[in-house]
Amino acid sequence: MIFNEEFETMPREALEAIQLRRLQATVARVYNTVPFYRRRFEEAGVSPADIRSLADLSRLPFTTKTDLRDNYPFGMFAVPMDNITRIHASSGTTGKPTVVGYTARDIQAWAELMARTLMAAGARRDDIVHNAYGYGLFTGGLGVHYGAEKLGASVIPISGGNTKRQVMIMKDFGPTILTCTPSYALHVAEVAAEMGVDFGDLKFKAGIFGAEPWSEQMRQEIERKLNLKAMDIYGLSEVMGPGVSIECIEAQNGLHVFEDHFIPEIIHPQTGQPLPCGTPGELVFTTITKEAFPVIRYRTRDLSVLHAEPCRCGRTLVRMGRIQGRSDDMLIIRGVNVFPSQIESVIIDAGHFEPHYQLVVDRLGNMDQLTVRVEVNEAMFSDEIKNLQTIERELERNIRETLGVSTQVRLVEPKGIQRSEGKAVRVIDNRKL
Amino acid sequence: MNAEQISVFLENTPGRLVEVTRIFEAGRINIRALSLADTSDFGILRLIVSDNEAAKRLLKQNGFTVRITEVVAVEVEDKPGGLHRILEALAEARVNVEYMYAFVRQSGQNAIMIFRFDDSLRASDVLHARGMRVVDGKDLYAM
Repeated sequence: MIFNEEFETMPREALEAIQLRRLQATVARVYNTVPFYRRRFEEAGVSPADIRSLADLSRLPFTTKTDLRDNYPFGMFAVPMDNITRIHASSGTTGKPTVVGYTARDIQAWAELMARTLMAAGARRDDIVHNAYGYGLFTGGLGVHYGAEKLGASVIPISGGNTKRQVMIMKDFGPTILTCTPSYALHVAEVAAEMGVDFGDLKFKAGIFGAEPWSEQMRQEIERKLNLKAMDIYGLSEVMGPGVSIECIEAQNGLHVFEDHFIPEIIHPQTGQPLPCGTPGELVFTTITKEAFPVIRYRTRDLSVLHAEPCRCGRTLVRMGRIQGRSDDMLIIRGVNVFPSQIESVIIDAGHFEPHYQLVVDRLGNMDQLTVRVEVNEAMFSDEIKNLQTIERELERNIRETLGVSTQVRLVEPKGIQRSEGKAVRVIDNRKL
Repeated sequence: MNAEQISVFLENTPGRLVEVTRIFEAGRINIRALSLADTSDFGILRLIVSDNEAAKRLLKQNGFTVRITEVVAVEVEDKPGGLHRILEALAEARVNVEYMYAFVRQSGQNAIMIFRFDDSLRASDVLHARGMRVVDGKDLYAM
């Protein structure tokens, strides 16, 4: 089912005409209201009048996370504070958080896009949404919440944490749609199993998982353990929050980008050159309807690919591939580029490991050492040291053969890897570079 | 009847072993014999205890990975050459010893060794044929 037939299935020509009109308006507005953009455009020798076609987008300079930080907290806002009705901020793992603002109309548009997202993932008015994304400065919780209300579904605003209580509510309230991070979904499954609750007896039909990169293997694992269809959702607070793109339940093959609000590009992460559809690279977004916090060619650092082929669900919107990693999550181990999600795929493919893992990077002398921590489980636990060591060596070999990097696999006790209630911490980099 | 041994996976970090003994103390479980095999990152704790089922249940409840393995408890003459006679008999029969450790208590004048063989059945036959006494599991847990 499609929430907004008109915009989601619009012929490309008409969609592109709308995009151009909205892009021109956005560029003119940021030029006039955000000193940062005016300065950048002038430095690049481009003015709003130069944007005569969508191809002219590539003449505009990029915006980066550093630019947003430099203008902390409100310097990138394009409207005065009395028009701002909501403020969110992204987790500041390094230094200050990134602050974003919304007008009342932005909040409405976001709710509409999240309603489209939920419906694309199979939700209807009569569904109950168990929303375990965190409520607060993080956009996940409130983003899903407003979308579910806009759709007319019932929402359980449970937020993250207190997992046993979540399982009890799942059992008693019978929610049909689950929204949380993929790592938390697996944690919930584990806790439910400990409590003797079988997901096969719950009423979930679909789950909408995002806010961290995950692999296709992880999807299969979640679908099996939670007995639901697992859909990949994408979004980031700098662009809006969740609901920038979503997989449709019909195809589960790529995430439809809501192009009437955002223009996606793929660029070469080093040269910044735009790349054609089908070529992987870094995702870049330009917002074309946002009032309070428009971004022009924002470099997400997320690596993906765009597909223009029509989808069987009927949407004419371009699809982006599952996020392959973040260019800043990428580990360079002795010169080899490694993404945590690639190692995740190898771990899950091996068939006998739990889908919880952690990568620890150390520098010993001048050598990088990557340690992969995975949990032992009863099925693999043998009484003999050599059998466990064989399991470690096999995974090391599989990783080396698949990714070309030598690692040291370490078995840890069950639950030896900390479970997250939000975004999982997959990498501990102890290198002092 | 062969004996059952409990094997526990332990990370090689401070405080893991004491967690096991704490659980046993609380559960009133007596350790009859134990051995710890270790590598740089993990170890396997092998135990003969007074109550296997309770020990296994309590360890699992506390998140440990546990396995029950069949071992053979053999009486060994407590004098020079006692162990040698047993190992010689097994070597002749091509039975491999995966690991072994000593039991705390004695059986009369004899010591008791716990063996893990690659082929327990064959090992028991060989030992019986040579007139060596294999201690029954039930007797062992109660010693």
